[in-house]
Amino acid sequence: MEALATIVRIAAEAGDAVVDPAAAKNISAAASAGHAYGLAAIGPGIGIGIIFGKAIESMARQPEAAGMVRTTMFIGVAFTEALALIGFVAFILLKFA
Amino acid sequence: MNNLNPSVLARRDTGPSPEAKITRDIVKRGIIAAPALIVLSSLIWGAAGAWSSAYGLGLVLCNFIIAAGLVATTARVSYALMMAATLFGYILRLGLIALAVMLVRNEPWVDLLALGLTLIITHLGLLFWEMRYVSATLAFPGLKPVMENK
Repeated sequence: MEALATIVRIAAEAGDAVVDPAAAKNISAAASAGHAYGLAAIGPGIGIGIIFGKAIESMARQPEAAGMVRTTMFIGVAFTEALALIGFVAFILLKFA
Repeated sequence: MNNLNPSVLARRDTGPSPEAKITRDIVKRGIIAAPALIVLSSLIWGAAGAWSSAYGLGLVLCNFIIAAGLVATTARVSYALMMAATLFGYILRLGLIALAVMLVRNEPWVDLLALGLTLIITHLGLLFWEMRYVSATLAFPGLKPVMENK
């Protein structure tokens, strides 16, 4: 119980320490920017993995269609990457603009 | 993947590279669209916007060229290497774009909003423009747009 009270006291002191609204805004903007970039990179990573896995599977089943599969794969990967780019742009705008 | 031949990743593709053709088309269209984009940016954000848009467009085109180069080169070695190049190439290219933007972000000729919007709009715009040709060609070769035959 005493440890809990200590934690609550430390948290309250830390809360009181951030009194400057501009600094608080900057900290939250930087944290949000980092989260936006990180989270935006996860989805496309998974998506590209799925696209490529399915492309390999298709090329293994129908090697004669490899050209068509690779065309579709390349376009699909590029579209998926656009999500990561959007996350990156959100990051630079939140952090630096 | 369990029912596939385990040696499928060791296969390679020695035929023509469709990625190189797609990227050539995208770069060609990017160069065609560049003047309009730069003029539009300069009207909205001034000279900084024009330089930023040109830089952003260059980044997008380089990104496409590196992606296609990686896939086309590694496909001639093995599908396993192509998989590695695609997945790690994604991280590499994202890192390169981040580095390229970070290096210039404090320069006086850079407008971050113009640069960011150019990155997104040109990437998606060029892809949709290319998609119009690719989808028609794949689904119905007879309906291939006339410009593509020239």
